[in-house]
Amino acid sequence: MPFQLNHKFFVLAEAVLIPAGALLFAMLLFAAFVAAIGQSPFEVFGLLYEGGFGSSFAWQNTLLRAAPLIFTGLAVAIPAQAGMVIIGGEGALALGALFAAITGIYLNGLPPLFVQLCILLAGAISGGIWIGFSGWLRNYRGVNETISSLLLSYIGIALLNHFVEGPLKDPASLNKPSTLPIGDANMIGNLPGMEVHYGLLIGVVLALVAWLVLKFTTTGFALQIVGGNPRAAQMAGLRVNLWIVGAAAAGGAAAGMAGAIEVAAVQGAATSAVVAGYGYTGILVAFIARQNPLAVIPVAILIGGINAAGGMLQRRLDMPDASVLVLQGIAFVVILASDTLLGRFRLRKKIIPAAIPASNGGAA
Amino acid sequence: MIAITEGMGWWGVPVAVIAGAIRVSTPFLLVSLGECITEKSGRINLGLEGVLMMGAMSGYAVSLYSGSPWLGVFSAGVVGAMFGLLHGILCSLRKVNDIAIGISILLFGTGLAFFLGKPLVQPQAPTLSSIDFGFWSNVPQIQSALQINPLFLIGVALAVLLHFAFKHTRWGLQLRIVGDSEDAARALGFRVIPIRIAATVTGGFLAGVGGAFLSLYYPGSWNEGLSSGQGIIAVALVIFSRWEPLRCLWASLLFGGASALGPSLQAMGITSGYYLLNAAPYVLTLIVLIVTFSPKRNISGAPGELKLVRQ
Repeated sequence: MPFQLNHKFFVLAEAVLIPAGALLFAMLLFAAFVAAIGQSPFEVFGLLYEGGFGSSFAWQNTLLRAAPLIFTGLAVAIPAQAGMVIIGGEGALALGALFAAITGIYLNGLPPLFVQLCILLAGAISGGIWIGFSGWLRNYRGVNETISSLLLSYIGIALLNHFVEGPLKDPASLNKPSTLPIGDANMIGNLPGMEVHYGLLIGVVLALVAWLVLKFTTTGFALQIVGGNPRAAQMAGLRVNLWIVGAAAAGGAAAGMAGAIEVAAVQGAATSAVVAGYGYTGILVAFIARQNPLAVIPVAILIGGINAAGGMLQRRLDMPDASVLVLQGIAFVVILASDTLLGRFRLRKKIIPAAIPASNGGAA
Repeated sequence: MIAITEGMGWWGVPVAVIAGAIRVSTPFLLVSLGECITEKSGRINLGLEGVLMMGAMSGYAVSLYSGSPWLGVFSAGVVGAMFGLLHGILCSLRKVNDIAIGISILLFGTGLAFFLGKPLVQPQAPTLSSIDFGFWSNVPQIQSALQINPLFLIGVALAVLLHFAFKHTRWGLQLRIVGDSEDAARALGFRVIPIRIAATVTGGFLAGVGGAFLSLYYPGSWNEGLSSGQGIIAVALVIFSRWEPLRCLWASLLFGGASALGPSLQAMGITSGYYLLNAAPYVLTLIVLIVTFSPKRNISGAPGELKLVRQ
């Protein structure tokens, strides 16, 4: 049916063009900001490109940063399908790193592949329980999940710091307190021919699976009903409680796995260095991707590239390392404000009168 | 008397906690009173953490370059109000989610404060002085405990004033009607959106001043780790206080005390559970939320238009 096709096309075009236009507008605002502090916007954007995507070295750097962002983006996007705004990814990542390291240390000596699987699982389970608790609180106590997940995040970071600098501290790690190493044999290696670890591939596969499940299975359909209208879901016989807690736990598991991968592929032990803002940046990734797990992948690469180029701005132009935070902040505000344009273009209204999709990311 | 001082020992902890409660509670108090005004109008600003950081940074900068910490406090309020205005306007757009906008303001404000505050980490700006209410005692702990900052007293006065104003003034009633029922407010001819924006601007002003307290009094310097969630805890405090300004005062003191526990035990030489003790306010906030919220009914006193607590 051409009618259907047109409708789908315009919905897709709107979903891509509005965020893209908003990103462009955000870059213009950032250019004005850069000009206001006396730097050349052209030079800054040139360096952002060069440092993020200009060479194979830059690409590797970008992909290394994109890997955890895919996970932390999913940590926001998956619960959003059930109508939740969860922002505690940073703490789930910290706890995931802690339990992954503990698992690695205790299982050291067993077959590496088995140990690696257990490390990933430990990270996912600890992160899942932590953020799942946020879903549980929302469901059984009515506590707002945005606030509770952020509080849990602070507590998770405190737990990591406590164990890393206290009971689990490796006496040999003086300047940079960390746990004992998980052992070289258990480290997750690099993808063939690249200086990028397997965590990127795991993240991409996870995002694809999440997208397929949401798009093509009854599980995804049920989740979206729960997110769209909990009462209707209840009437349809869905166990809303389980879906809410499950979606929050799945998001937490993704963030926890990011922590496990940071330990097993980058740091080699749990240290406070894993708390590097990936959890907070993941919120931005998910919102730019409109909570679509598939779109999380390219957005994570884009934001990872901007982050990777931050160091170059610092070295070449002597700009503070927080410059990229300003760009990201502007982009975040503009992207959200652009939601107001959804469904406002006349072209679409003519085709389908009064058709405003309710499934707009679940978070709106 | 000197013997008592030296022998104060463990008694030093409660004294330090009370002193800390007064000192540490001030930003909680100011931010939560501001958020109370915002939420009474039916909006929520989750971005106050970012507004607080902008206030702390700009207050410090103005104090450093002008030499007047009070001018710094005022500028921090103005910067906070500008962020409140941004939040208020964006939330008035159709189809825009106020919780999500709040998160974006949080990240934007924090990032911008880090960026602009880079040159401020080293130099020491003139800080606010306190009023010495402990002159009658020779016990140093009590003397230092009663060094009270005027901003705390302003906060207390504001809490009392707001308590009265919400009940007995024309604008207080207008604000509450706008927050309780948009339809009723429109029927009465109130301009809902301007009132909500004004409430958000006021909330931003107070959050900015709360930030200036951090950078200009306690701890009294600017760095990127200055705020540790005070903005978000203050939002939870307002819920705990059930949108009552006087209860915001007691709740702020309670949280100030919880936040002071870690540092005061550390001063006693107990350093083992440092990180865990510093997490005490978050745990306390979470417990308080669990107790306050209920899945069965709406919280009593909640503004009807507030999405945060609507089931």
